[in-house]
Amino acid sequence: MGTLLVEALIDGVLTGGLYALMAAGLTLIFGMLEIINIAQGIFVVLGSYLSYALWAHLGIDPFLGLLITVPALFFVGVGAEWAFLRRLGDRDRVSMSILVTYAISLVIEGILDIVFGTTFVQIRPSYSTSTWHVFGFYLPDIYVYGFALAVVLLAALFALMYRTRFGASLRAALQDRTAASLIGVNVKRVSTITFGIGVAATAAGGMVFGVTNGFNANSSLDLISRLLAIVVLGGLGSMGGAMGAALAMLVIEDVVAVVWSPVWSPVIYFLALLVVLSVRPQGLFGKVAARAQ
Amino acid sequence: MNGGLLGGSAALTGTAPSGATPEGPGQPARGVPWAKVCTWLAMALVVLAFPVVFPTPAVTSIAFFSVIFMAAATAWNTFSGYSGYISIGHAVFFGSGAYTLALLAVHLNLAGGMGIFWLVPVAGAVAMAIAVPFGLVALRTRRHTFVVMTIAAFFVFQLLAYNLSSFTQGSAGVSLPTPPWTATGFNQRFYYVAVAVLVVALGLSVAVRRSRFGLQLLAIRDDEDRAAGLGVKTTRVKLTAFVLSAFSVGMAGAVWAYFLGEIHPQFAFTALFDLSVAIMCFLGGFGTITGPLLGAALLESLQQYFTIQYSADNLYLIAYGVLFLAVIALLPRGVIPTVSGAYRDWQDRRLQRRVETVARSAGATGPPGVPVLERAASSARAQER
Repeated sequence: MGTLLVEALIDGVLTGGLYALMAAGLTLIFGMLEIINIAQGIFVVLGSYLSYALWAHLGIDPFLGLLITVPALFFVGVGAEWAFLRRLGDRDRVSMSILVTYAISLVIEGILDIVFGTTFVQIRPSYSTSTWHVFGFYLPDIYVYGFALAVVLLAALFALMYRTRFGASLRAALQDRTAASLIGVNVKRVSTITFGIGVAATAAGGMVFGVTNGFNANSSLDLISRLLAIVVLGGLGSMGGAMGAALAMLVIEDVVAVVWSPVWSPVIYFLALLVVLSVRPQGLFGKVAARAQ
Repeated sequence: MNGGLLGGSAALTGTAPSGATPEGPGQPARGVPWAKVCTWLAMALVVLAFPVVFPTPAVTSIAFFSVIFMAAATAWNTFSGYSGYISIGHAVFFGSGAYTLALLAVHLNLAGGMGIFWLVPVAGAVAMAIAVPFGLVALRTRRHTFVVMTIAAFFVFQLLAYNLSSFTQGSAGVSLPTPPWTATGFNQRFYYVAVAVLVVALGLSVAVRRSRFGLQLLAIRDDEDRAAGLGVKTTRVKLTAFVLSAFSVGMAGAVWAYFLGEIHPQFAFTALFDLSVAIMCFLGGFGTITGPLLGAALLESLQQYFTIQYSADNLYLIAYGVLFLAVIALLPRGVIPTVSGAYRDWQDRRLQRRVETVARSAGATGPPGVPVLERAASSARAQER
């Protein structure tokens, strides 16, 4: 039991890293564009399918394939923002964005169903079943690689935000769109690129998700509900909150699965969200909104 | 669908962004609005006569699903459309209604038949009972957090339906008693019960929209802080609307379950439910009375047709999504408000033309001192009446 518990804890942290990356993308999009991107779930699955197609048909290793899938999803995101989300007005913006991104997600889901069928598939590179033996614990290799990947990409994201000129304009626009545009930041362009980056973050998450789980287009619902729960728990718009909440929630889920039953762990996960939010409606690290929305 | 409904029912469809404007329900009555009454009567006649005119089972089944979703969309709109709080958790009420009817029928060993329909209001009441604690927790948060709270509650209920297998029979689902009716008139019975649910949902929606309570909801939708400042008890108002809409949705779920004869957690509690209902309302006109009816009638029949004709769910997903994106891009306010707005503009232009004609003919004869156009406008208005 003790060993299982520690293993569950470690597994939770390792998978939490990837959720942290995907949730960071989602919360960044919200902070920048005031859009809740319901399509984030289907973008993850799109990332999984792209990696799957590259691996199954061209024999490209899924980690190497990221060089293709990350830019591909970046452009999908930029295209979606340009085509649909840019048109959203200020009135009922968040509610409308939920419905528009849901419609986008339905279209992509329908297309994926037609192209790949509805049977579950899984990416199975040679290392997908091997485990790492450390201090008496067995850790699946892919979890370790995935965690490392998430750390590298999150570090890259933070470097982009805090060490580049683009990052400075991004943070300026995050703080105050009007003021940023007054000092010469092209807020529209920055928004589009931010949406692209937020979506590109799903490519890496989707690849690891596709190696660790069997998936079909319908898996997106499960993913988006988890990601939304994490982002809201951390406080919408808070990057640190999203990452902390991702680790916490995944650990809770894995530990409950061991201590009680895997069947009930998702219930606890969502109950935790309901309890925390009824005490702190703004989320764990969220700021109380100045604007009433 | 004719001009009388679209133009004459400005107060009913509430095309103005806020019910607090003079076009809202507080408008003084100008006698009996015959055009409006006739249109509603004609629509009622169409709905009632439909299965008599088209008795083919395939068609009546499509009609049944459309009416169920018209009721569900109207009920969803009674909360989300009027208050502006988008709920993605109404599937909880739909599923709870479905499970209430199914489990009661099974555990009470009821024989299939009309008697089971008496459980429909019970299912609605159970949905209301669930809505109270759910609403109390979820409505503590503001709009976008509320959306996520409803998603979370939805998943909790779906998982409960799966996992409390001793009570709900888990993923095996529940089989309901088979009705003893022959194929002729089988769908018709369900259809008319669904129409009864629709009448209840529509009645609630109209009553809310025309009441002071409805104005308070619309005030919350426009500016919640200001509404609270003006003395609206926002939490109580939102919760009441939430519970009212749960009632009709629960009943719709119950009738739906009995029609299918067998329910499973993934279909009774489906995330697609709320999002399709939301899309129906936005297509027809979010926050209007007739919008959800039109949107649901169009989209649900389209979906059922796709399913029957091509047995292809993914095609319908794409069609649905593309249609919705097109609606948002081209008719952001929905069909009914756009069309009725265009009709009013056309009427205004017609009135304007009359004013000009009258002005030209009356210009020479009128008493001096009164501006010509003003006189002309008043005489043109007199002619209009």
